[in-house]
Amino acid sequence: MTERNHKHGECRELLKDLSDYVDGDLDETLCIEIEHHMAECDNCRVVVDTLRKTVLLYHALPPESMPGEVETRLLKCLELSEYLSVQ
Amino acid sequence: MPGLTIDLNIYADEEALIEALQRGDKYACACMIKHHGSQVYAVALRIVGDPDEAEEVVQEAFISACGKMGSFEGRSKLSTWLYRITTNAALMRLRKRREDTVSLDEPQVMDEGDLLPRQLGDWSVEPGQQALSSELRQVMERAVQELPPSLRVAFVLRDVQGLSTQEAAEALDITETALKVRLHRARLQLRERLAGYLVEQSEEVAA
Repeated sequence: MTERNHKHGECRELLKDLSDYVDGDLDETLCIEIEHHMAECDNCRVVVDTLRKTVLLYHALPPESMPGEVETRLLKCLELSEYLSVQ
Repeated sequence: MPGLTIDLNIYADEEALIEALQRGDKYACACMIKHHGSQVYAVALRIVGDPDEAEEVVQEAFISACGKMGSFEGRSKLSTWLYRITTNAALMRLRKRREDTVSLDEPQVMDEGDLLPRQLGDWSVEPGQQALSSELRQVMERAVQELPPSLRVAFVLRDVQGLSTQEAAEALDITETALKVRLHRARLQLRERLAGYLVEQSEEVAA
């Protein structure tokens, strides 16, 4: 699926549905269409695989927590310091 | 490290917490921070990309939330409402920075060709926490910061924070269709940027 190959209408047409496809939100007919296309188009297969990996990598990021000192300053700012422990 | 000394169980459910917040109960406000503070901070940090600015966004968001609780109609979840306030505060911060000269409210108009995949090498990485080296995480975080803000907020809410399409659309006050368009564009751009790093890594492993 190089830029040249992308002029191929089918690759371009399928591209817009790929996020729904990797999310499992696409109707069955379109899924089958994409899967048939991927069986014959290595570039699209790579794009789908790496798009799915992109999403999964970001899903795997550990959650960010609010640092304790940021929480402390936030409570002070909101005049809620009375709820801070004195440890 | 001092922390909040509050009992989250004092309110039976979110409805009870919201009622207390609407009465101006300070304890309820502290409880809301304990319950939702980290999610709000995470969204702020990933949108503005700077811990100091993220802290300011979080303060603005909670000052606004505690002050405007009376206007909360309960049509969305409390967390969705907080995400909306936070993304608005974060986008306002980006506007002040004048990073962008185009509107942050609408998806960037892109030439169709900009969305076409150009990086077509395979990646050997198997996604999972074990795959996330500190170097890869830096590449991933930088790639998010390079997204146009309107795409960045959609991606952060949906794919990093894990909101449903409906919740993310509600938080951004856009339709689910518009959310999906932004999300798809964001993912395609991120895929290109990660490919620059991951294809090279895969080639090194294969060599």
